[in-house]
Amino acid sequence: MANQQPNSGNPRVDIEYRRKKSAEEMKHQVITFAMMIFLTIVAFVAAGYEGFSAWFIVPFILILAIVQVIFQLYYFMHMSHKGHEAPALFLYSGAFVGFITIIAFLTVIWW
Amino acid sequence: MSTLAQKKGFGAVLWDYLTTVDHKKIAILYLIAGGFFFLLGGLEAMFIRIQLAVPNNDFVSAGLYNEILTMHGTTMIFLAAMPLIFAFMNAVMPLQIGARDVAFPFLNSLGFWLFFFGGVFLNLSWFLGGAPDAGWTSYASLSLASEGHGIDFYALGLQISGAGTLIGGINFLVTIINMRAPGMTYMRMPMFTWATFVTSALILFAFPALTVGLFLLVFDRMFGSNFFDASMGGNTIIWEHFFWIFGHPEVYILVLPAFGIFSEIFSIFSRKRLFGYSSMVFATVLIGFLGFMVWAHHMFTTGMGPIANAIFAVATMAIAVPTGIKIFNWLFTMWGGSITFTTPMLWAVAFIPSFVAGGVTGVMLASAAQDYQYHDSYFVVAHFHYVIVGGVVFALFAGAHLYWPKMFGTMLNELLGKITFVLFFIGFHLTFFIQHFLGLWGMPRRIFTFLPGQGLETANMVSTVGAFFMAAAVIIMLINIVITSVKNEKVGNDPWGDGRTLEWAIPSPPPFYNFKQLPLVRGLDAYWLEKMEGKKGMSPAEPLGDIHMPNNSFIPFVISFGLFVAAFGAMYRADHSWGIPVLIVGLLITLGSMFIRSVKDDHGFHIHKEDLEDNNDKGVKA
Ligand code: HEM
Ligand SMILES: [Cu+2]
Repeated sequence: MANQQPNSGNPRVDIEYRRKKSAEEMKHQVITFAMMIFLTIVAFVAAGYEGFSAWFIVPFILILAIVQVIFQLYYFMHMSHKGHEAPALFLYSGAFVGFITIIAFLTVIWW
Repeated sequence: MSTLAQKKGFGAVLWDYLTTVDHKKIAILYLIAGGFFFLLGGLEAMFIRIQLAVPNNDFVSAGLYNEILTMHGTTMIFLAAMPLIFAFMNAVMPLQIGARDVAFPFLNSLGFWLFFFGGVFLNLSWFLGGAPDAGWTSYASLSLASEGHGIDFYALGLQISGAGTLIGGINFLVTIINMRAPGMTYMRMPMFTWATFVTSALILFAFPALTVGLFLLVFDRMFGSNFFDASMGGNTIIWEHFFWIFGHPEVYILVLPAFGIFSEIFSIFSRKRLFGYSSMVFATVLIGFLGFMVWAHHMFTTGMGPIANAIFAVATMAIAVPTGIKIFNWLFTMWGGSITFTTPMLWAVAFIPSFVAGGVTGVMLASAAQDYQYHDSYFVVAHFHYVIVGGVVFALFAGAHLYWPKMFGTMLNELLGKITFVLFFIGFHLTFFIQHFLGLWGMPRRIFTFLPGQGLETANMVSTVGAFFMAAAVIIMLINIVITSVKNEKVGNDPWGDGRTLEWAIPSPPPFYNFKQLPLVRGLDAYWLEKMEGKKGMSPAEPLGDIHMPNNSFIPFVISFGLFVAAFGAMYRADHSWGIPVLIVGLLITLGSMFIRSVKDDHGFHIHKEDLEDNNDKGVKA
């Protein structure tokens, strides 16, 4: 079933190209890693600072969390690479279903 | 490789099936286990109808009636319809996409055994102090008040078998995404494969809601939490939401594969390409999507308020549109085709008016204001039996006749098949049509008896008579199966003569590696295309080479058995001192066997090229 493994394992791929690609990716990872640490610090500061009300802090931290998840998925779990369309589709569908559920619980049951 | 032909001893065959990871054998296991539970659920249905045949009947007591009713619904949905659908998915889908097996054969077997042990656990409740009695929906206010262990059997049993279903669904998804034969693009996949794909996605997203709901229920009942107890700050409506967020997609999980089977049947026996293939795919995906937006139509009367009711009413009615697209496509597939009325085709043709009737009552129920009249009456019972029996059960009968030769290599008797159909068709409408009117006349659902002189006697009697027709039909089908197996007349690759998709291009039953060489797919209805060009079979897409196959394994059985033991421990923890140790032992069995699976290398084996060449004379070709 050789035709069913599109990536990896093939000895004839261009080593030079791969090396360049990896270096580039490494750069991205380091940048996002630094940004993730920065965002985490921002979140802690926001929570610790007396001047903000809870109505600002909670949504703000939630937004930071979403950004972090996106970084994680795209830069560390390689969702931006080709061949990840199906996992992406299912991830988003799952997130959508979860979102609908939470919205419904918030509005229909507890409001 | 047919086990029948090899004349193995009974013990060897049994061991083979206990350890098999072959999708075709797992399909047979699903068929046998699902068929058994179907008979059990049918027996419970007969008891229900006997009890309701005449007013003031005392055939069963009120409490026992509740147990029988609950177990009928639960068994039919979770232990009969689902596994029978899984049987056909396992048997046919890998062949339709030109794969040698599913993506994870080991998990496939694990999925089956989890379902099986969950089902056995649930049914053991009959012998261990009483079955669950809060309805298949197990609404929390009822189920928390239910005494004894019935509801615990329900929650734990469904938890175990639900895990199996989830595993199965994920496995099918990965298989369809990754293992299609060369040339088999998404838009060349047979309709049944598409249905399997969308259904599996629904399973993936819907079952977690049930899992969460069941966990909360177990915690409320066994560990003193109060998620659903309003007097302690919980909310009983939360269970209803969780249940229906799972439950409505579940009805589409059942009916989409049925649509898939019928799509195959209409095009095979009309000798025409499926009309509007791409709109069929679109409609299937759209139904899957909308299926998640409508769950609260089961809760119109819980006081969600006019806005929520209106939103869910409109969303529900929208599903009628893609469903209508499908109905018209089937009709146009038959239009101008050269139709042969084989047994599967009879079921398919009868399905259309029966299912449409169920859809029409569905739209009636969907208008929230009207639903206040219909809700919890026999009208609802009539609705869901029209869609579930007229849609799903008809498809299971049709599929059994259609795919029997592919699964077992023998043809079910057509005459007996047609008698089964006629009896069942008459019995079905006799039983359930009148129930619409029973509902409108005011008969509530889930009551164990009714009083004389309220105008309900005749209609209930008619309904019971219909049930006996259906029972007779099932018995004739069983006789048919026995006769066919005893005669054991083997058939060729394409016994219906008009097979269109890849499964009909290989022997019946297929060799255990399915395709000697993976086939090259050149369009929709791949095998039909080749036949029309005068070729005998598919052209291979690869040179003949060694085939890698997985080894059999007993571990899935043991993993599932461990959970079965642990469930007993969890349930009896509060009553007996041995509860906790049994719980621990069960979990140790499960985790230990998972550990063994992880550390022991199992690379499978190869079938060598030379051995494959020997078989050429038997016509085993790609
Ligand atoms: C396609 C197959 C379908 C299946 C398998 C199905 C199944 C069911 C089941 C099992 C129930 C009863 C739940 C209970 O109370 O225990 C039900 C109720 C309902 N169904 Fe369907 N249904 C289907 C199609 C539809 C359609 C097409 C519609 C509307 C367009 C619909 C609308 C409803 C509504 C509104 C109820 C709630 C009735 C009530 O409890 O008052 N259904 N359905
Ligand atoms: Cu529904």
